[in-house]
Amino acid sequence: MTKLIERHPIWSLILLIAIAAALWLIFATWPPGLEEAFGRKKVFLSAVFNGITLGGLYFLVASGFTLIFGLMRNVNLAHGSLYLFGGYVGYAVSVATGSWILSFIAAFIIVALVGVAMQILVFRRIEGQDLRQTMVTIGLSIVFADLMLWAFGGDFYQIQTPHALVGPIELPFVTAVKSSGEAVYLQYPMVRLVILVASIVIGIAMWLALNRTRIGMIVRAGVDDRDILAAMGVRIQLVFVLVFALGAGLAGMAGVVGATFQSISPGEDIRFLLASLVVVIIGGMGSIPGAALGAVIVGLAEQLGSVYIPTYAIVVTFLIMVLVLAVRPQGLLAGR
Amino acid sequence: MSITQNARLQPDNPAAVAPATGLTRTDFGNPAAWALAVILIIMPLIANGFFLIEIFGTTLILGVVALSLMFLAGYGGMVSLMQLTIAGLAGYMTAVLGASGNANISLGWPWWLATPMAIALATLFGTVGGALAVRTEGIYTIMITLAIASAFYYFTNQNWVIFNGHTGINSIVTPHFWGVDWRADIPFYYVILAVAVLCFGAVSYLVRTPFGLALQGVRDNPRRMAALGFNVNAHRVAAYAFASFVAALGGILQVWNYRQISPGSVGVERAIDILIIAVVGGITRPIGPFIGALIFVLLRTFTLDFLVAIGFDGNRFRLLIGLGFLVIVLFSPDGIVGLWERWRGRGEQGQTQPGGGRHG
Repeated sequence: MTKLIERHPIWSLILLIAIAAALWLIFATWPPGLEEAFGRKKVFLSAVFNGITLGGLYFLVASGFTLIFGLMRNVNLAHGSLYLFGGYVGYAVSVATGSWILSFIAAFIIVALVGVAMQILVFRRIEGQDLRQTMVTIGLSIVFADLMLWAFGGDFYQIQTPHALVGPIELPFVTAVKSSGEAVYLQYPMVRLVILVASIVIGIAMWLALNRTRIGMIVRAGVDDRDILAAMGVRIQLVFVLVFALGAGLAGMAGVVGATFQSISPGEDIRFLLASLVVVIIGGMGSIPGAALGAVIVGLAEQLGSVYIPTYAIVVTFLIMVLVLAVRPQGLLAGR
Repeated sequence: MSITQNARLQPDNPAAVAPATGLTRTDFGNPAAWALAVILIIMPLIANGFFLIEIFGTTLILGVVALSLMFLAGYGGMVSLMQLTIAGLAGYMTAVLGASGNANISLGWPWWLATPMAIALATLFGTVGGALAVRTEGIYTIMITLAIASAFYYFTNQNWVIFNGHTGINSIVTPHFWGVDWRADIPFYYVILAVAVLCFGAVSYLVRTPFGLALQGVRDNPRRMAALGFNVNAHRVAAYAFASFVAALGGILQVWNYRQISPGSVGVERAIDILIIAVVGGITRPIGPFIGALIFVLLRTFTLDFLVAIGFDGNRFRLLIGLGFLVIVLFSPDGIVGLWERWRGRGEQGQTQPGGGRHG
């Protein structure tokens, strides 16, 4: 941290001021002038929270994507299809059993198995040919999309939120002060907060697994140089299969999350593929913390954009990507 | 560096990825090429209106757009998924600058002003996009261009001021001068044919110029080319500029063909269709995209009847396309053209001229 400040004093100052301004916007009671210029604070706070929770969802999708790319150099453009498939599996299970938790487990396992099948049946055969692998994933995504359209039709599906999590919760953020002097606090859907906490927990668990365990050490070594790792006697193919299973499973779980607090339908696969692409381009390919940072940035940009400049919201996200590519093409938190 | 070198379809045999020439000198003495030319010219005598425009016209239009991708991928080693987006932008700009049924959006410029302007804007867009994409290398290109393509799709969906949201722009006015309605079937077919031949010729010529040869050098070994004093990124961006121009021409033809444009025309699926067309046809030769486009259009038009006739659900066209694409990518990375050349090469074993033969 101090090194960063020493190397880029001006950028650090700008960053600090921006963070301070953002914190002030979130915590302070807005003066009337600001409310006139900028709209109500409640709208702003909701957009910020929606952005962060959406970022949590994007992180779940993109972390699997970035993990697979980091280790196998495989740009899995069928990742959006895995997300959508997870959503459908979760929906089917939750309708059949009525259990939300069970739908998560089922989606994780089934989509992970699909990932294993993809790795063993297809990608292992064309290993080391990046572009061909990517084209195969494009072909697979077309086939998956059409098969899912066949099976589930073009309808919207939404998974029932469990009763315990229905309803709003009051957060300790003042949105306005009534004329009587009484503070109004932000009301926010409970289920979104639960999902946000869950994705943070998953993120931290992944970081710990990668940085503190033996398996994680092998994976990190594989990211750096898989040939040498294989030469050291590690069964690299097994590691590939495991990582692909984990990445696909995470996408499947994210599908259940997405189906719960939004909805799923054909076309969502491309939306989440785009989100994953932008998130990892911004955050840095192959980096889990990068995926987290990128996901929050993209989520916030999307939500704040759609509140304040509705017809140009996507441009904001896109401009951020352009800016990152122009300044730091390898991504904000890329290791190398 | 290693990313770029691994990013080609046949990393084990770089010399065989694409021959330096598109249309070789011997092709002019090739009876098949002459026969094809004659057939294309007298097509209006053979085919009725439906076949002329819906099959052959559409094939040539899609072929032009896919040709721009083939040029980038085959000679530049850059697989760009935004070629259809560039074409779509050219189409949208034709609609916005020219005249259409949406009078509140269209500026109503005459076609001779709107069309060059649309091409210029689309080329500029593609060049800037290319300049962004060459900031990173190899496999990242596909991601960045896919991100650009899908961002443009969502933007056209969201934006009502310029792009009229998801309804798009309808009843676009097509050129009408010298007493000829250029959108009538037969004149329009010749317009398409002329543009397609021009683009094909331009690509075939360009790859033999010093620029084209340098571009292929950049594809095969960017580091060595940089050491030789070539500006690697400038060559790549220039390739994007040329490809964008070709794609923009295709986009103009496309919007004149359908007389309407909507976000559906620039969707991610459509963008991927262009990749499928180029790869299935073969990205090693300029003729590949046109072959791919013909197969694609025939499949798209007749799959429904065919599938119903043999007792399947007629809506599974994309499944068939996806599976076909998978088969081609897995078993013949250089597409139909590659299959055909291998087949021909087997027949003429031992007769191939030195340097002219391809190692299948």
